[in-house]
Amino acid sequence: MAQTDIKRIIRSGILAFLRNGFVSLASVLVITITLFVIGSLIFFSAIMDATLGQIKNKVDVDVYFALSAPEAEVLSLKRSLEGLPEVKTVTYTSRDEALAQFRERHAGDFLTLQALDELEENPLGASLNILAQETSQYESIALFLEDKSKLSEGENTKIIDKVNYYQNKVAIDRLTKIIASAETLGFVIVLVMALIAAIITFSTIRLAIYTSREEIGVMRLVGANKKYIQGPFIVGGFLYGLISSAIVLVIFLPVTLWLGRATEQFFGGINIFTYYIENFGQIFVIVVSSGVILGTVSSFFAVRRYLTPKYLKT
Amino acid sequence: MIYFDKVSKIYSGDIIALDDINFSVTPGEFVSIVGQSGAGKTTLLKMLLIEESPSSGSVFFESTDIHALHSNDVSEFRRRIGIIFQDFRLLPHKTAYENVAFAMEVSGKSDEEIESDVPQVLELVDLGDKMWNFPHELSGGEKQRVAIARAIINQPDIIIADEPTGNLDPLNTHEIIEILKKINDMGTTVLLTTHNKGVIDSLMRRVITLDRGRIIRDDKQGRYVL
Repeated sequence: MAQTDIKRIIRSGILAFLRNGFVSLASVLVITITLFVIGSLIFFSAIMDATLGQIKNKVDVDVYFALSAPEAEVLSLKRSLEGLPEVKTVTYTSRDEALAQFRERHAGDFLTLQALDELEENPLGASLNILAQETSQYESIALFLEDKSKLSEGENTKIIDKVNYYQNKVAIDRLTKIIASAETLGFVIVLVMALIAAIITFSTIRLAIYTSREEIGVMRLVGANKKYIQGPFIVGGFLYGLISSAIVLVIFLPVTLWLGRATEQFFGGINIFTYYIENFGQIFVIVVSSGVILGTVSSFFAVRRYLTPKYLKT
Repeated sequence: MIYFDKVSKIYSGDIIALDDINFSVTPGEFVSIVGQSGAGKTTLLKMLLIEESPSSGSVFFESTDIHALHSNDVSEFRRRIGIIFQDFRLLPHKTAYENVAFAMEVSGKSDEEIESDVPQVLELVDLGDKMWNFPHELSGGEKQRVAIARAIINQPDIIIADEPTGNLDPLNTHEIIEILKKINDMGTTVLLTTHNKGVIDSLMRRVITLDRGRIIRDDKQGRYVL
């Protein structure tokens, strides 16, 4: 296509956009709402991820060691645990640290502290706190510990006193299920909302172009070929998308600023304003490309309807 | 130049719009097609514009059966025809200048040609001072003159005017017919449909009379007889 053609099509599209003021305004408004929904879904997903992440981090497994367990063996177990792909972090609490923590926790409880002082030896064993990548992986970690425990039993005395996974198994399993269904539900909601938004946009643009059908007929009679008729409408759709996405990106600033503190307090500590600023590049690309694609693709298909038949009336 | 070969058009419900139409038009002719409403005048022109397809028969332009053209070639064919309608059919969001320029743009004329030809043609139809007005700012006669300017800008082989004076007062009617005559004098074939007896009688050119889809008269220097 010659450069002049492209220039004429773009100019014609821009002029039509400006002169069809009301239709352009309506289309921009609908795409703006659509993009606002899409953008909100990004924040919804972020909040959901953060909240679920926090819940996941609350689930952990503690391994309590026997009083006689040598520190070197505990630390070697820690290293082998850290080597497992399922394990995110392992925190070691020595016997002394456990005692200090106990004292701190019961600082106001004079009776308990006195009872502790009566004992000659530190009654608390060392422990490891294990955080898995996924809540569903605790079972295999627990099995691994069980194996280790059995192995060491053969050599001398047993070093692992207790693994609290078995006490919390029911709760962990249920939580794992809830998290999985929450993730699926979130994904479905995002998908359905985005689909509804796209359909509404398409219908609006189809209506907007429907008002121009007689004009399209005249263009065809004057001898304009497809690209000359379709081109300006696609340029118009592109402009709808571009302007709408700019509006949405600007609107999100005060909206996220206003909601930021509330989301920080309510949902797992994520401030959506900070999130918006930090991920601006990504959100910019998603919103602008959604807008432009929605606008141009809708226009493309809406005009095509009036161009495909050879005869204007059949 | 134009040859209708046994063309019939039957709409659903057995409504016969055209019934076995045969006639030919030679280059440079000024042919008026008359008939009562529903006689088939507009349908006949629509066949020539590939707006509608014939139920049987063929329409030839030079030696091409135009209804056998591929849809990609239809727009190129239409550029060889200038069209004027009763309801003007201007593009409402384009100025008079842009409406005329559009016809040149689609046929691939350069910007320089457009900038020199469009004002000239608009001067010719006496609209030099209304070039930048939108259709809704123009009177009926002025709109029709823009439509004529658009029709002749690409120097088409043929001008088709479908009741171009139907919405105009006698003075504007006279002006439009004079312009059409002038275009014909310069060598362009003109095909005109009209209800206006005065117009036909003053033209003294060939008249084809249609009645219920059939040609009932074809006179070299005809009058409006119905």
